[in-house]
Amino acid sequence: MKKLVGILLVLCMVLGVALAQAEGVPADQIKVGYICIGDENEGYSANHIKGLKEAQAALGLTDDQIMIKYNIPETEAAYEAAVDLAENGCNIIIATSFGQESYVFQAAAEYPDIQFCHATGTAASASELTNVHNYFTAIYEARYVSGVVAGMKLAQMIEEGTITAEEAKIGYVGAFPFAEVISGYTSFYLGARSMCPSVTMEVRYTNSWGDMALEKETAEALIGNGCKLICQHSDTVGPATACEAAGVPMVGYNISMIPTAPTQALTSSACDWGAYVTFAIQCVIEGKEIPKDWCYGYTDGAVHITELNEAAVAPGTAEKVAEVEAALKAGELHVFDCSTFTVGGEQLTSYATAYGLEGTEMVSDGYFHESEVRSAPYFDIIIDGINAVVEQ
Amino acid sequence: MSKEPLMHIVKRDGVSFWRGALVRLIAVLLSLIVCAVVIVALTGMNPLSVYAGIWNGAMGTTRRMWVTLRDSAILLCIGFAVLPAFRMRFWNTGAEGQVLVGAMATAAVMIYGKDLPAWALYTLCPLAGVLAGLVWGVIPAFFKAHWNTNETLFTLMLNYIAMQLVSFAIVFWENPKGSNHVGLINSQSKAGWLPSIGTNGYLLPILIVLALMVILFIYMRYSKQGYEIAVVGESENTAHYAGINVPRVIIRTMAICGGIGGLAGYLLASGVGHTISTGLAGGRGFTAIIVAWLGKLNPFAMLVVAFFLVFMEKGSIQIATQFNLNENASDILTGIILFFILGCEFFINYRIEWRKRAREEVKA
Repeated sequence: MKKLVGILLVLCMVLGVALAQAEGVPADQIKVGYICIGDENEGYSANHIKGLKEAQAALGLTDDQIMIKYNIPETEAAYEAAVDLAENGCNIIIATSFGQESYVFQAAAEYPDIQFCHATGTAASASELTNVHNYFTAIYEARYVSGVVAGMKLAQMIEEGTITAEEAKIGYVGAFPFAEVISGYTSFYLGARSMCPSVTMEVRYTNSWGDMALEKETAEALIGNGCKLICQHSDTVGPATACEAAGVPMVGYNISMIPTAPTQALTSSACDWGAYVTFAIQCVIEGKEIPKDWCYGYTDGAVHITELNEAAVAPGTAEKVAEVEAALKAGELHVFDCSTFTVGGEQLTSYATAYGLEGTEMVSDGYFHESEVRSAPYFDIIIDGINAVVEQ
Repeated sequence: MSKEPLMHIVKRDGVSFWRGALVRLIAVLLSLIVCAVVIVALTGMNPLSVYAGIWNGAMGTTRRMWVTLRDSAILLCIGFAVLPAFRMRFWNTGAEGQVLVGAMATAAVMIYGKDLPAWALYTLCPLAGVLAGLVWGVIPAFFKAHWNTNETLFTLMLNYIAMQLVSFAIVFWENPKGSNHVGLINSQSKAGWLPSIGTNGYLLPILIVLALMVILFIYMRYSKQGYEIAVVGESENTAHYAGINVPRVIIRTMAICGGIGGLAGYLLASGVGHTISTGLAGGRGFTAIIVAWLGKLNPFAMLVVAFFLVFMEKGSIQIATQFNLNENASDILTGIILFFILGCEFFINYRIEWRKRAREEVKA
């Protein structure tokens, strides 16, 4: 009899724990930890903080339920920040910078009951831990759309006789030579080429996510090398400064660059992190499992392009943008449609060697399936028309 | 008739320990009052709650306390990498690079030797780190000793070479490819990671640095070599006259400095960050110079300075979270406090004499 009671008690406890987990955390008690590499003065972090504020407003959380750690570098400091947030009672901890991933997941191993989410990272799906998650936005969709804006601008310049069709060359200031950046500039280029078939692109890497002076210099070097339009995958307004001075149109990233380059900035592609942050916190409140990888674009309102600069864009841009966005949303248009580009002169029919995902076939139904297997981009092929110079 | 200046400065002969301590205490209190005024003027916040926030960030939980102590120990260790050189008046501005090459060598052993038995890694990692730092310290010392090159520039420029070397190594070690990040080395097996004492992963680096502090104090104060360093620092001519082999002392001392820098690099790569990046030293090679000077090249005083600087740094993260004051706010506070501490040294060493006009008039 005693045994039976004991077993029943144990069962009750197990069930209780299981139920408690399934029940989640009440919305007025949940605590959210947030780890930023910079603060609100720096574009990348400002955009992430904006996402958190949106989630806070959507879920009705008080300021006391949010703990933000600013200026946390991609070092053991990220681990210390994560465990500190854990010790302060956070139920979900979100880190936002690429290099913080391994440190945050190190903390996750010590706190299995707390959910850890990491933006732009790649390791969650392969991790044995069940409480680590990666997320990203399908920014390549927004980059494609901003590429359309750029392509229309170049087509306009050709039509007006400012440049010849052969001179149409885009300069791209990229951060690091890996998939996230390659996927970004390829989608931008494909968008531009859909409007301006003769366009080519030159890419230069800064090997830094944010270095105002270096990004400006790199943009200047690209302009000096004959580039007629500049785009960037880096965090500062350095390229915009160079473009405004040189009178070269440009497309930015994450924030509108119109205040910096009022006559030259066309638009910027931007991530809306609020969609995911709201979703992830909601999952913890409801006790639902957060997927290992999360990546959405226009369909979930997770990406957009910032306001079009009417003073600079080609006529009819707004209508075209709306049309392309609708096609992306409806799934009629695929950014990496293999019929629109070649690699080494040949159409891509198969690709199973994406770094870190070797063995998984990415091409099917005529297009490259970006960000479907894993949230972080993995399109790492240099396509024809793009000249990527690796500078160390 | 030459007029006596309004005031002039007279050197004090000697100040008692307690008097000096009192002046410094007053300086710190005054600086806190000025900081409070600045906080109120700039932000309108209650300065006491900001101070409480700083304390909370640095010492508020057991773990925060350990992190603050551990990071103080690391900064102190890098300070020791410049201490003997400074005593010799050899301006080692290359601690940053010495730390980096030490960390890089350690990381290399951890990466390529991950399948070695634990005891081999525990021996090879510190050995590689110290040796790499030692070589990095000896290079400028050799040139200084034999051709009298400018060591300030030489060691400074070696920092940038060290950073480029690390960048180069990262090309081979980065994960994922092209991302420029190495991430945690051996994150699963933890091979080559400095072991925890019980469950405390912070204590061992602290103990190592404290042991180093005692050894260095004895070496500098009581050994013949320490005395030679002091003599070379006072005057190379005197050292020559006394029969000291000056080039040898320079090279030997910089070998020690570089080795200590390499040890700090080992602690960072194996015990703290478990990675390698160009930012691993994070400017601490230069902050260490402040630690050494504010601590007047006394290992125990340097301990206090290193702790203070790290304390303020940790506090700054907390007040950024709590009051939305970004890191610049705590830089201002640290700057004000340092200004007062440095300023009070003047009043400890000198006194001001005003023109004695009144008395002269009476005499006339």
